[in-house]
Amino acid sequence: MEQLIEMIKQPWPWYIAGPLIGLTVPALLILGNKTFGISSSLRHICAACLPANIPFFKYNWKKETWNLMFVLGVFLGGVIATVFMSNPNTIVVAEATQNDLAALGITNYSSLMPVEIFNWQSLFTMKGLIFFVLGGFLVGFGTRYAGGCTSGHAIMGLSNLQWPSLVATIFFMLGGFAMTHLLLPALFSISGF
Amino acid sequence: MNTEFKEIENPILEGQPLECEAPNEQESTESFPQLMKYLIIGIIFGIIFVKAEIISWFRIQEMFRLQSFFMYGVIGSAVLVGLISVQLIKRFNIKTIGGEVIKIAPKQFRKGNVIGGFIFGLGWALTGACPGPLFAQIGSGFSVVLVTLISAVAGTWVYGKFENKLPK
Repeated sequence: MEQLIEMIKQPWPWYIAGPLIGLTVPALLILGNKTFGISSSLRHICAACLPANIPFFKYNWKKETWNLMFVLGVFLGGVIATVFMSNPNTIVVAEATQNDLAALGITNYSSLMPVEIFNWQSLFTMKGLIFFVLGGFLVGFGTRYAGGCTSGHAIMGLSNLQWPSLVATIFFMLGGFAMTHLLLPALFSISGF
Repeated sequence: MNTEFKEIENPILEGQPLECEAPNEQESTESFPQLMKYLIIGIIFGIIFVKAEIISWFRIQEMFRLQSFFMYGVIGSAVLVGLISVQLIKRFNIKTIGGEVIKIAPKQFRKGNVIGGFIFGLGWALTGACPGPLFAQIGSGFSVVLVTLISAVAGTWVYGKFENKLPK
């Protein structure tokens, strides 16, 4: 039993996590004819809170309450995993990545996220403007324009052999490569690293 | 009830078909207790996200720098399992637990898959999160990510506002 608890506390390998995430697709379909997709929750929040007579937000969002329940669950899952199943060790990151990030000014691996960026003190600085405000905006705008995110396109869409989802997934990756290799150094330097 | 149905009829009358990309195809409605099952799946999902460190900004950096196989393994094996599951559901005509035929709407190609996809990719590398992990990051104690989430909702709203003016 103790061994099992020890195993659960360690970071889970990809070959456990990936298949479990993949099982979400049939689970949602069989439990309630639901198509997996998380970014839609952001649209439902808009439709519920601030529809502003915009046609894109005029639909029966209450029918999609399940999606909001799902993301509430993701939040609670985050709480449970952190409070009860937390890994006592620091995160293991590839050495090459550590070297690249050190050049940008990121050296603290005490937490799952770089604490140099993700703290409340950053909020009203260039760091906050770039990593939270701009970053969040790009995620929300981009996923909706693309018609889905990693879950809706990369996992659900590819599982159903939808070629538009393959196109979207390729451009998710290209956007990420462009940000990481072309823009990130400049953004780090203007945010004071 | 009636007013709700009118709300969904309006966009159709205006010639803008309703397209929800993660639609609820179930015909019977679900009461609040029945919705709890989605909360539970979400909780399991959130635990996996944190325990496999998928919500970590560092993992996303490893991925975009091609310095670790981890995220490729996660996404690849998730797609493989999803693909096999969907094919089995279709082949054996598996029904929902309520006995309904399972429907999966096809994804329509539009320019947004390219432009929007690229824009999301930029944000993914900055925040270290897609929409799902955003919720789990907040849950795991990075409360400042709430700001990122609010900004993501704002981004979705701005897209909705200018949807008709963007290349389709």
